[in-house]
Amino acid sequence: MKNDVMAFVRRIDLVLLGAVLVLVSLSVLFVWSATVHRDALTGGDTTAYLRKQIINVAVGLVLMVGVVATNHRWVRMLTPVVYLGAIVGLVLVLVMGSTINGSKSWVTLGPVQVQPSELAKLAVVIAMALVLAERSEGRWQARVSLGDVVAMILVAAVPIVLVLLQPDLGTTLVLGVTVFCVLAAAGTPRRWLALLALTGLAGATTVVATGVLKEYQIHRFMAFTDPALDPRGAGYNVQQARIAIGDGGIFGQGLFQGSQARAGFVPEQHTDFIFTVVGEELGLVGSLLVIGLIGVVLWRGLRIAARTDDLFGRVAAAGIVCWLGIQSFQNIGMCLGIMPVTGVPLPLLSYGGSSMIAALLAVGLLLGISARSRRTGLDRSGPLQDLRSRDRLQVAAVRKDVAFHRQ
Amino acid sequence: MAPSRLSTAQVSRLRLIVIQALVFSLLATLGVRLFYLQVRHGDAYQAAAASQSKREIVRQPVRGIIVDAQGRPLVTNRSAWVVSLDQGVLDGLDDADKVTLMKRVAKAVDVSPKKQNEAIANWSGTRYQPVPIATDVSESTALRILEQPEDFPGVVAEKQTLRSYPSPYGINAAGVLGYLSPITEDENDNAKERGDESLNNTSMVGRSGVEKEYDQWLRGMPGYDTVTVDHVGREIGRGDSVASQPGDTLVTSIDAKVQGRAEKLLAESIETARGTFDKITGRNYEADSGSVVVMEAQTGRLVAMASQPTYDPEEWVGGITQKQLDRLYSEKAGYPLLPRATQGQFAPGSTWKPFMTVGALNNGYSRDTLLDCSSGLQVGNRWFKNYESAAYGNITFAQALELSCDTFFYRIAVNYWQKYGSNPADIKAKDPLVNTAKAFGFGKRTGIDLPGESAGRIADRKWKAEYYEAMKDYYCRMDEKKNAPTSFLQLFAHEFCVEGNYYRTGDAVNFSIGQGDTMVTPIQLARAYASLANGGTLYEPRVGKAVVSGDGTVVEKIDPKVAGKVKMSAKSIDYVNEALLGTPRSGTLAWKFGGFPLDEVKVRGKTGTAEVTGKQTTGWVATYNKKYVVIMTVSQGGTGSGAVGDAVRKLWESLYGIEEGGAEVRPGKAAIKGIDPPRNLPAFGSDGSIVAPKD
Repeated sequence: MKNDVMAFVRRIDLVLLGAVLVLVSLSVLFVWSATVHRDALTGGDTTAYLRKQIINVAVGLVLMVGVVATNHRWVRMLTPVVYLGAIVGLVLVLVMGSTINGSKSWVTLGPVQVQPSELAKLAVVIAMALVLAERSEGRWQARVSLGDVVAMILVAAVPIVLVLLQPDLGTTLVLGVTVFCVLAAAGTPRRWLALLALTGLAGATTVVATGVLKEYQIHRFMAFTDPALDPRGAGYNVQQARIAIGDGGIFGQGLFQGSQARAGFVPEQHTDFIFTVVGEELGLVGSLLVIGLIGVVLWRGLRIAARTDDLFGRVAAAGIVCWLGIQSFQNIGMCLGIMPVTGVPLPLLSYGGSSMIAALLAVGLLLGISARSRRTGLDRSGPLQDLRSRDRLQVAAVRKDVAFHRQ
Repeated sequence: MAPSRLSTAQVSRLRLIVIQALVFSLLATLGVRLFYLQVRHGDAYQAAAASQSKREIVRQPVRGIIVDAQGRPLVTNRSAWVVSLDQGVLDGLDDADKVTLMKRVAKAVDVSPKKQNEAIANWSGTRYQPVPIATDVSESTALRILEQPEDFPGVVAEKQTLRSYPSPYGINAAGVLGYLSPITEDENDNAKERGDESLNNTSMVGRSGVEKEYDQWLRGMPGYDTVTVDHVGREIGRGDSVASQPGDTLVTSIDAKVQGRAEKLLAESIETARGTFDKITGRNYEADSGSVVVMEAQTGRLVAMASQPTYDPEEWVGGITQKQLDRLYSEKAGYPLLPRATQGQFAPGSTWKPFMTVGALNNGYSRDTLLDCSSGLQVGNRWFKNYESAAYGNITFAQALELSCDTFFYRIAVNYWQKYGSNPADIKAKDPLVNTAKAFGFGKRTGIDLPGESAGRIADRKWKAEYYEAMKDYYCRMDEKKNAPTSFLQLFAHEFCVEGNYYRTGDAVNFSIGQGDTMVTPIQLARAYASLANGGTLYEPRVGKAVVSGDGTVVEKIDPKVAGKVKMSAKSIDYVNEALLGTPRSGTLAWKFGGFPLDEVKVRGKTGTAEVTGKQTTGWVATYNKKYVVIMTVSQGGTGSGAVGDAVRKLWESLYGIEEGGAEVRPGKAAIKGIDPPRNLPAFGSDGSIVAPKD
């Protein structure tokens, strides 16, 4: 039994774990640096946000360890609970949420404020994975059917619609791309994917063309191309974020030394614009390091997805990577002025309990999947080599599989 | 048949490869963009970051002081509490709070909210510079504002240096010193274009007098403090700072004691004239303006110079009100901003005759010439009266000057006109008297170191032709339409239209006695008399003597500058100098100089009474010896000796330490001890003390 536990721990992806631990540690520092001079925010308590973020990280890490330790079966059984919890949270937000920055996305539970849309992203990913896994395993069929796809989309659609009603455009976009990615990872035929993508594009075009979105919303969305479109709102953010990051140069001004960070020119700097602290204080070198660490997390996540035989695990892992990847790109791209200003946090780095916990839960899932993966693997370099090696080893099995389907 | 031979698991794994490729290309995109922002355009963003987080606060330099020849401060600085409003903070308040704040400020500094708003609306500086609304606020008020920032958001109380006028010996000297006012937007833009860092948008700039002329020395160099500010403009740290450099001190040749005396005497003369009945016009003299100049005869430096009406330079300190400004520009107040000594133009009257004498002596006449001083002279169809003297028969130049005989000079003018200029339309005709006037520097600016000087006017043939060109349309139309307001003007219009350009004998006659259209400034006259005293050198008059830095080193010596030599024989000048000794002894000034020690103090003099069409006469007295020239005039004040004779004598008494009405020269009691103006500069101690010069 003890040997089993040791073997389990040894199989945990330590590279992934290490990268995540470095990122959350940096998060604590960046949040502190972004808030230490913001008396208006902290009420004069310079370590207030430092302490809060440490708690967020600590809670997240405990939950992560919990997920890792949880039996696979239990994870699957808990998935509907998480999903329903997210739905209830999103409904609560619409009913009694507090409006922050023009949209309702928070719900206050006693002393804590929760952002259910953060949890919803994780919930959508694992719920879709579960639906697919349950359906295909139940009927001994390896091919994704139309029914599977429809079921997955339906599962995802409920939270997406609820998020859209807040209205939280950023989270909706992240969810949309993530869902598409999960479907792709699940093996949905290309034509269906293409159809879905076209439908999505047509839908977005219709929304813009029919004027469902107000002009100011479009301006706000497009401000990253021209800050003058929304000079006092998103345009100001875009401009200030660029200045702060540009101010960093190659080596940055040093942690806690950024003039723009100290002076508080960038709004929401500790949350959505945390990357501007990285850019200004650590420069190009530090920024590339942080992006590299995120890259490591995503790479290890995909590696885990590729190495597991378990359909639920693979689709969930791929979905998590897609979610974290697209959200990181959206967030950093927003700070750099190449993506629209939408209120999504930078996973594992932004201040905030909900997003930190959701991301660490996801990491926990990845680590759990990696630890339970039956295969030891021949090669540690990723899905491409992995597929080749697998082909060499299991040619027979594959052929048999194909033969079975041809019957 | 299935479309693909690959299992779902394999498809799924292939998809993972695609996803991985996409994810990494997205991350690479971020890296490229980072490079673009932080390296390619890093400089621009760093500059933008600095410009929004760093702010330079200008520290205005302390302006240089202005002292007299003995080192007595004429203009200094004082510090005063100034209360200003910070627009940036005010704009951030909602309207109700703003109104409350302004009411509170109004109560504290006694400036109504309306005036506060006006001050903000008229502000010439940038938005980041607080708008001053109250100057000379009491320290207790200022401290209350400073100590209760929560009650006075955006209200700034700070000590500023302002111009101060210690007024030694009660001097005003506004026309010499000038005043300051805030820089205009254009001036600031120009300074920026030139790269002149001594000026900025809250600089004070000299507007007249030596404040303007020596502005670049006096103004000093501003310093700055760099502060880091947060996104709402609050100071969060301090950066480099550069101290301001105070302006240099200007040492003038003015002597405050003489200046004070001259001002007082001028004011008294005007007062007396206004109380004197003018028999010609049947009312008291207007005495609307006047001027006095005391010049060093050997250098052209000014010892005293004053004009009436004048203004208090203190009015400009801390911002002038529109009401005050309206008064300074008003005709009713007599245009007090106009310094008459350099910018007032008056007909010289008989003070002109000494120069005409020099001219005649150099152009065919001799000291032995005798001409008839008749009671009048028929010139063409006009009878020119001998205004100023009785008929004395045949007399010499010396007697003609002493008695101020007009007809004597008429004859000379008629003679020249007949000899050289009998064609009235010939503007190139030779005219010895006009040439003489030009030789003595009339008709052009003296080059004094004060701005805005007038050139005066020599009404010669050329001027007449030009004037005719300019005015003939107006008068010819009046002649044609016969709509002149008076019959005199109708006749004049007709004559002007027909032959207004003709330089007739009458013009030459008028010119010879300083009447008609010829005009001089008091400073021109003073310098011309100085050239008689010093043997023919015309100086550019100077007020400034030296520019001295704060530590006492002389930055720039302002030496007397020779503008030219009067090309007339020394004998002729000596003759006039000798002849003019007679004026205070037995001539037109004798009734004012009785008992004055003329043997010791050889004062030469000439009086003048200039006729001005439609106005009362302008009285002049021009006096000089080898050391000083004293010129005084009162417009519409009667005859020269009557209006200012007493004052001129008293001024000479002060210069030589003579008791009023006394006969004893006391160099120790002279306004300038030892009588001679100091040649050296006062000594400046490093502690700011100034010691009178030792000679």
